[in-house]
Amino acid sequence: MRLLWKRLAQLVVVLLATTFLSYLMLSLLPGDTADVLCGLGCTPEQKAEVRREYGLDKPIPLRYGIWLGNAVRGDLGTSATSQVRVAESLRQRLPVTLELVLYAEIIAFAIGIPSGLLAAQRSGGIFDRLSTTFAFAALSAPPFVLAPILVLLFAVTIKIFPATGYEALDPLTKLQEGGIGNMLGNIFANLRSLFLPALILALAEAAVYLRLLRTDLISTLQEDYIQMAKAKGLSPRRVLLRHAFRPSTFSLITVAGLNVGRLIGGTLIVESIFALNGLGSYVVTSILKRDYIPVLGGLVVIVTGFVLVNFAVDMLYAVLDPRIRHARAIA
Amino acid sequence: MITGPANESRDPSAGLLRVVDVKTHFRTERGTVRAVDGVSFTLDRGRTLGIVGESGSGKSVLSRSIMGLLPGKNVVRGGHVFYEGIDIVGFDKHQMRHVWGSEMSMVFQDPMTSLNPVMKIGKQITESLHEHLKMDSQEAADTALALLSSVGIPEPAARLQEYPHQLSGGMRQRVVIAIALACGPKVLFADEPTTALDVTVQAQILNLLQQQQHERHMAMILVTHDLGVVAGRSHEIAVMYAGKVVEHAPTASLFANVRMPYTEALLSSIPRIENPSHTRLDVIGGRPPDLVSPPPGCGFAPRCKYAQPRCVQEPPPLIESEFPGHSYRCFYPVGTPANLEAYQRNITAGRSATGLPVEAPVTIGAGGRL
Amino acid sequence: MPEQSPENGAGEPPFSFPSDAATSTTATITRIEVPDVPEEDKVKKTLGPVFWIAAGWVGLILLLAILAPVLPIPSPTLQVKDCGQPFCNRLPPGPGHIFGTDQNARDIFSRIIWGGRVSMSVGVASIAIGLLVGSTIGIIAGYFRGTVDLVLMAISDILLAFPPLLLALAIVSFRDSRTAANVVMAIAIVSIPPIARLVRANTLTFTQREFVLASRTLGASHLRVIVKEVLPNVMLPIFSFAIIGVAIAIIAEGGLAFLGLSVQPPTPTWGDMISFGAKILEDHPHVALIPCAVMFITILSLNLAGDRVREYLDVKDSVL
Repeated sequence: MRLLWKRLAQLVVVLLATTFLSYLMLSLLPGDTADVLCGLGCTPEQKAEVRREYGLDKPIPLRYGIWLGNAVRGDLGTSATSQVRVAESLRQRLPVTLELVLYAEIIAFAIGIPSGLLAAQRSGGIFDRLSTTFAFAALSAPPFVLAPILVLLFAVTIKIFPATGYEALDPLTKLQEGGIGNMLGNIFANLRSLFLPALILALAEAAVYLRLLRTDLISTLQEDYIQMAKAKGLSPRRVLLRHAFRPSTFSLITVAGLNVGRLIGGTLIVESIFALNGLGSYVVTSILKRDYIPVLGGLVVIVTGFVLVNFAVDMLYAVLDPRIRHARAIA
Repeated sequence: MITGPANESRDPSAGLLRVVDVKTHFRTERGTVRAVDGVSFTLDRGRTLGIVGESGSGKSVLSRSIMGLLPGKNVVRGGHVFYEGIDIVGFDKHQMRHVWGSEMSMVFQDPMTSLNPVMKIGKQITESLHEHLKMDSQEAADTALALLSSVGIPEPAARLQEYPHQLSGGMRQRVVIAIALACGPKVLFADEPTTALDVTVQAQILNLLQQQQHERHMAMILVTHDLGVVAGRSHEIAVMYAGKVVEHAPTASLFANVRMPYTEALLSSIPRIENPSHTRLDVIGGRPPDLVSPPPGCGFAPRCKYAQPRCVQEPPPLIESEFPGHSYRCFYPVGTPANLEAYQRNITAGRSATGLPVEAPVTIGAGGRL
Repeated sequence: MPEQSPENGAGEPPFSFPSDAATSTTATITRIEVPDVPEEDKVKKTLGPVFWIAAGWVGLILLLAILAPVLPIPSPTLQVKDCGQPFCNRLPPGPGHIFGTDQNARDIFSRIIWGGRVSMSVGVASIAIGLLVGSTIGIIAGYFRGTVDLVLMAISDILLAFPPLLLALAIVSFRDSRTAANVVMAIAIVSIPPIARLVRANTLTFTQREFVLASRTLGASHLRVIVKEVLPNVMLPIFSFAIIGVAIAIIAEGGLAFLGLSVQPPTPTWGDMISFGAKILEDHPHVALIPCAVMFITILSLNLAGDRVREYLDVKDSVL
């Protein structure tokens, strides 16, 4: 419990620091926010009026305090270009990005873990070498390189997955409207529409998971307790899955948490390729329009999500490793 | 109870374990390491063999090699291991699974690392009961409980639900022993079972092993670097040096009629209570030879105060002594006139044939015994 | 301070203790002839053909990028008119223009070479700056420990809490004009925290080794210990990381360019070429696929070369 409180305190400090840094960065940006708010043909008097109205004449720490106070109450300001409330836009777009990241992680684990296990079981074997080749290729193909190739293959040539368009996930409404068939149809259409973008994000992650799990498994397989499990006469499969696998997943899980950051970076690109209205495309288009209030809102939501994921990963260790669970406090 | 594919040709009358000319070589970046280079012995039920040697002598590799527990890659295994008359060296991994745990099992050196840190102790015991004895959960749990109490663990029921890190080193080694005994093996290997433990619990663990070996009428191979550990606990002792058995004898005969200069040196490096305090211990200078390119002659010659030119030129064969079951590898065995003569020659020259400085002992030591 | 060479640093302490009886006997043992180990039993350590092929490709791209202004290729921004048709845009690969032309009738081969100039210079420059600043911070934090370490690592932790591409994006949008220098700065800043962490971890393990302690006890100054003892040992693993770092930086630049946030058009960049070509993917796939392929092979070559060097230098596997 003490560990949990300590971690929670750290979490609050990190969140304050990251939001402040985001605020600071965007306040120091070129192009006065007041110019954008005031619009074309703005006189110096009008501009000063806008500054006072939005509190832009106050010092930055004070402005940050006001912004934070509004933010925790769910008010992230209003977009200067579209006049839509930022919180409202984010609420609409968050599910798309969230689903994309989750979908990509699931595909990455589904590819990475079994291949890591197979590769480690016979390290140096044919599967191991093939998987190493795959890993290098996947790590060398960033989303914007992979996207045109996969789109050409799956959407243009064989036409099994759509290149654009997003079927929103709404099973409950569909269930009410047309029963279970309709609901399953909606889920299937949704998963199909997001498959290519998620796969593009997932391949590099799968490669990282494969390599990490393989390396850790190979070193775990050298451990005395694996020798001992073997000497018990257990099947190689049981030794691998029941004895070696769990102790080999610690760095995999850390990196899975850390790489959510890279996945989010990938969503910026994938959302723009597949015309998905998610957080990433919202931030990118707002940056291009120099509309900084939405950028700040999007940035803060993304960073908070990222920090929370890594907090959850920290907590997950305690579940996976009884040694940590029983330790009184760990720095 | 045994379900091995080799069941039909088993022959218990052929003796329990017969090890013939076992070789284990590792291919490395530097070349081939001859870790075990032709070891033979036999062992019957109820008997204990102590294997003694310093680190790097190949004693741990030998026990793993006999059990077939070495990694598959870059290892060359040779020789034969007859278990109840069947050569198990040719067994594949699948066949070995019927041997491991139920016929032969091993107590590993370090109980801190030989238990799975993320698995409950109960689970680690019962899984082999499920595997080999096809017990159901209730039966396995009861057996695990009985095993834990038989190895002297207090409150065994509570321990079953705990993780290894919650136990002390000595308790963990008792758990390891319980796991090794779970399926009633006929051969138990104990690889330096007390090296990683506190001195205070070493004797307890050794006594436990001895008691279990006796009660279960098992054959036990006790691997150690400490002659003192095996002295009172084994029926016979094999001394290993540079991958070879250099002296093999019934325990009493080994201590009474030591023939191999290396064994003699090992013996004189043991502190003795009957010696006056502050007696200087003899240490064996130098290191064992490089097993990648072993010298042509006797591996111990460079460290031996009796070494003669012949020792460097040809490897000494295993020679039967006049005592029953006592053999050694030396041209100038301790306690013979040849040895005394060689020693005198080296004292006169001030050095052995390999350049080791040799001085006359202040008092007549073990070397002058005749 | 007694003379000691940095190369003996990683292994034994730089002092030679008076040899005891044991070592002197082993010295005499070596008189016994050691037979040569047969060749087939040894495992030789070389960089291997994969490394040389990969390095060859990277070298070729670098060479073409450097020589771009003097090569006999059309300007990357010029509209091609010499194809004998009224419109020379979207030409397929052919003898006149080996990679064809894009929507604006610009020669793709020339744009690839000029785009490589941006990718390579941004990749190398940003990692060079990142290494310089990151290693300095890492060594200072790891060597001096205490408050300095705490503050520096807290800052790096906060920066690491931002998804890297998003942070680079935010930094790039700082400036009105998007020059190569701004892009380099953004990627360098993003690369500093992870490099600093890595170097700090390495420094920590080395400063606790006896040879560093020994020089300190002998009265060497901090600067001297850092330069003579810590730096040579810490930089070796960092070097193998640098090659893979360049690959990561090229990917980052490509991502920014793809989003239209790298160097301003009409300067060609690979990312921008892919993004531009993706619009006509269905009918003229070569416009996007050629830069895709070049980019893939280049990043793959850097990754392979970096991995081989890491293995050759025997650096522990870091997260790829």
